[in-house]
Amino acid sequence: MHSISATFRAGIRAFLPIAVGIIPFALISGIAAMSVGLSIPQAIAMSMIVFAGSAQLVAMQLLAEHTPMLLIILTTVIINLRFVMYSASLADHFAQLKQRWKWLSAYLLTDQAYALAISLYQRKPHMHYKPWFYLGAAISMWITWQIGAVVGMLVGQQFPASWQLDFTIPLTFIALAMPAIKNRRLAAVALCAAIMAGATVMLPYKLGLVLSVLAGVGLGLYLEGRQA
Amino acid sequence: MMILLLIIGMGCVTFLLRLSFISVAGKTSMPQWLQRCLQFVPIAVLMAIIVPDLIYQQHRYQLLNNNERLIAGLVAALVAWKTNNVLLTIGTGMGLLWLLQSL
Repeated sequence: MHSISATFRAGIRAFLPIAVGIIPFALISGIAAMSVGLSIPQAIAMSMIVFAGSAQLVAMQLLAEHTPMLLIILTTVIINLRFVMYSASLADHFAQLKQRWKWLSAYLLTDQAYALAISLYQRKPHMHYKPWFYLGAAISMWITWQIGAVVGMLVGQQFPASWQLDFTIPLTFIALAMPAIKNRRLAAVALCAAIMAGATVMLPYKLGLVLSVLAGVGLGLYLEGRQA
Repeated sequence: MMILLLIIGMGCVTFLLRLSFISVAGKTSMPQWLQRCLQFVPIAVLMAIIVPDLIYQQHRYQLLNNNERLIAGLVAALVAWKTNNVLLTIGTGMGLLWLLQSL
């Protein structure tokens, strides 16, 4: 990786194997958009402007329940708070970039692009052209996501409701959640958030989501404080 | 029109969260307290999204005896935990849901 373009291409190559996991998720986001009654232009606008799968899926469930706009946006902030963590972790590696490239890098930030880039930076802390590896992976991710979402929108209208494809949404989240429980403290946080979510499910507009996240984070901080 | 406004609002907050520390790279870093809070956010968010979908349907709690989604979801969680495979998890969950409902 001795040039910008070679480093960029390495980013694309690193992304290819994980595209297999992205495509169904993107398809589902397109299918879900149709199932809550968005038009295709609205669904494409959401996919391009927001470009955050988990938040989009939850927003669509909230839209179906006629939730006030501000609450949907608050929920979006909670779900996407993790991007602040990624942003901080990548910041030093992107320090040399011009401002407009920083903006593009930020727009393209996803769980997958972050994970690919940071694992390479940890293995090769002194490599050159660091941001270009990230951009190669992140742009490939963006293209894969948008194509998958549009295909999902087109085929989403063909499936009968009896297939219950909406169940793929919690299944996708289950697939993401289990590997994230890496130690006992995270398991306790997960259990606490799960119980709280079960207990508050009757509250309108998924307010229970906000409460459950607060409870989980609170417990995590308490357990960490007790051990320190 | 309202939908478009919502999409733009969601897009703006999401972009600002992503840009946050990248934009000030090299000038300031994340305070320790924020770092400590944020480590617990992703798993708490995921559980808060998953659980209501599994246990609450048609405006009431549904327990294991007449809740195919809860059973399918628990088995899918076991598959996710053991295999770490997204496609296999979704496939098992959907397959089991269809199977249980056809019984």
